Amino acid sequence: MTLTTLPVETPPAARTRRARPLAGLSPSWLFAVPALLVYAAVVLYPSVVGVVYAFTDWSGVGEDMSFVGLSNFQAILGDEQVMGSLGNTLLLTMAILVVQNGVGLLLALGVHARLKSRALLRVVFFAPVVVSPVMVAFLWKYVYTPDSSTGLNGLLGLEVDWLGDPSVALWSIAGMVVWQYAGYSMVIFLAGLEGVPKELHEAAMIDGAGTLQRFRYVTWPLLAPALTINLMLSTIGGLKLFDQVFAATNGGPGYATETLSTVLYKQAFVFGKFGYSTAIALVLALFVAAVSLIQISYLRSREVAQ
Amino acid sequence: MRSRTFLLEIVMIAVAVAFLFPVYALVTLSLKDPGQISQAPLALPNPPTTANFGEAWSAAALGPSLMNSTVITVASLIALIGLGSFAAYFLARTATRLGYALYVLFLLGIVLPFQLGMIPLYGLVNDLGLIGTHTGMIVFYTGIQLPFTVFLYTGFIRALPREYASAAQIDGASHLTAFTKVVFPLLRPITGTVLILNAVFIWNDFFTPLLYLGGSGFETVPVSVFAFVGQYVSDYGLVFAGLVLAALPIVAVFLVLQKYVIKGFSSGLKG
Repeated sequence: MTLTTLPVETPPAARTRRARPLAGLSPSWLFAVPALLVYAAVVLYPSVVGVVYAFTDWSGVGEDMSFVGLSNFQAILGDEQVMGSLGNTLLLTMAILVVQNGVGLLLALGVHARLKSRALLRVVFFAPVVVSPVMVAFLWKYVYTPDSSTGLNGLLGLEVDWLGDPSVALWSIAGMVVWQYAGYSMVIFLAGLEGVPKELHEAAMIDGAGTLQRFRYVTWPLLAPALTINLMLSTIGGLKLFDQVFAATNGGPGYATETLSTVLYKQAFVFGKFGYSTAIALVLALFVAAVSLIQISYLRSREVAQ
Repeated sequence: MRSRTFLLEIVMIAVAVAFLFPVYALVTLSLKDPGQISQAPLALPNPPTTANFGEAWSAAALGPSLMNSTVITVASLIALIGLGSFAAYFLARTATRLGYALYVLFLLGIVLPFQLGMIPLYGLVNDLGLIGTHTGMIVFYTGIQLPFTVFLYTGFIRALPREYASAAQIDGASHLTAFTKVVFPLLRPITGTVLILNAVFIWNDFFTPLLYLGGSGFETVPVSVFAFVGQYVSDYGLVFAGLVLAALPIVAVFLVLQKYVIKGFSSGLKG
């Protein structure tokens, strides 16, 4: 998961913003050269070449490669597995977005109250965030065992084949992702809640506002920046989801949990269709870019309006 | 009011207990032998056995892979902090079009999914003979995390008064000296955030090390664990002992530095 946050900390005595630089006092552009070289070699150059590959039929072997125009993209539209994985990716992203942020907000509101155990609760809910998603997936593979004597089934007295039933498996994947990252949403909402001035709550209370009204009219509007960041993080994380699926189901049963990332991995490293794989990656990139832009502009306008 | 807080406390603790169910399964199963696991999988281990841990440690090659993860993570962090803060100092202090264009170019890297360049980059790393090496991974992480690092540093430096560096320069210091001696120490809060967020990402990253290091003998922890679980998949006591040992270092670091880790992850709001 790529981490994206807005700049945060308050530096010592923040004062001058964008003062005009005095001539000769600005550092030379040479300062940026080493970083630019590494960034260009690892990200920019390969991505540009990737965009070119997306329009070829390269198989990864030798120099044999010809331009095929848009035919990779036409093939994607007619490829049930890829279109299915696109549908799965969007469903997963929606589910994670809604549930993770909903749960994260509730946890934040709970932990924000003056509880004796609040510090401990915060650590417990956040802890899974720092663990490798592959390991979390292996743990949940056991929790999701179809065996009714143990795991979630044993705990709840159910007999669900969480990862083996094609109509359930996708939601089970969403469940393990939410379990791991709800604490991440929680700490971002918590930081937002800590920024709501107490005086506003007191004033609303004096005016006779109840708990729900105070949440709706005082807290919620002021949580807009936290919400922006949380929605961005969970959307981009959901769109790129790979590790959890690869470790828990490898896209199965059938293609029920295949995502764009697992499909493009298989097209490249199992079937050797490098051009096609990169075309799928380009589709993924366009989705990530489009969603980021829409969310940034929509949520920014909402922040300004309130 | 007091009784409501008390009720909320009970509810939150109940939620936390339910939340910890997978962790309970993880720890108790790792302390059981196969007989106990098949007879009473969810009961407390009776008697607990630690035999799984010794076997998992060697079967998952956790000693070497912890070493590999540490070397790769530490070296990448040093490169990221050095290169990132340097570049950000120029980007934050310049008012030229070139500077702005460069900044936007770096930001682009935050949005680009790495899968787009995955195959060409694999070819490049392969041509350079860096597949299966620490160096290949360190260069990869430095490049892939630079946009985010530069973004955090640039935002912080822009809000920092220029007078600190100017004063040093009037006293005859070069830009380089002014940055390393005066400005860089002032960046400590954001350096902490950069360290924590990048360290957690690099330590836990799976896909690229699987691709570059799989089968090389230089695997990082997640890749070793992946191979280990694949091999011993049905022996849950052993598998879970391996997971406990593999997760322990980062969980321990988190518990010690929890205040800073949570602050790093939740930052982005106070500005």
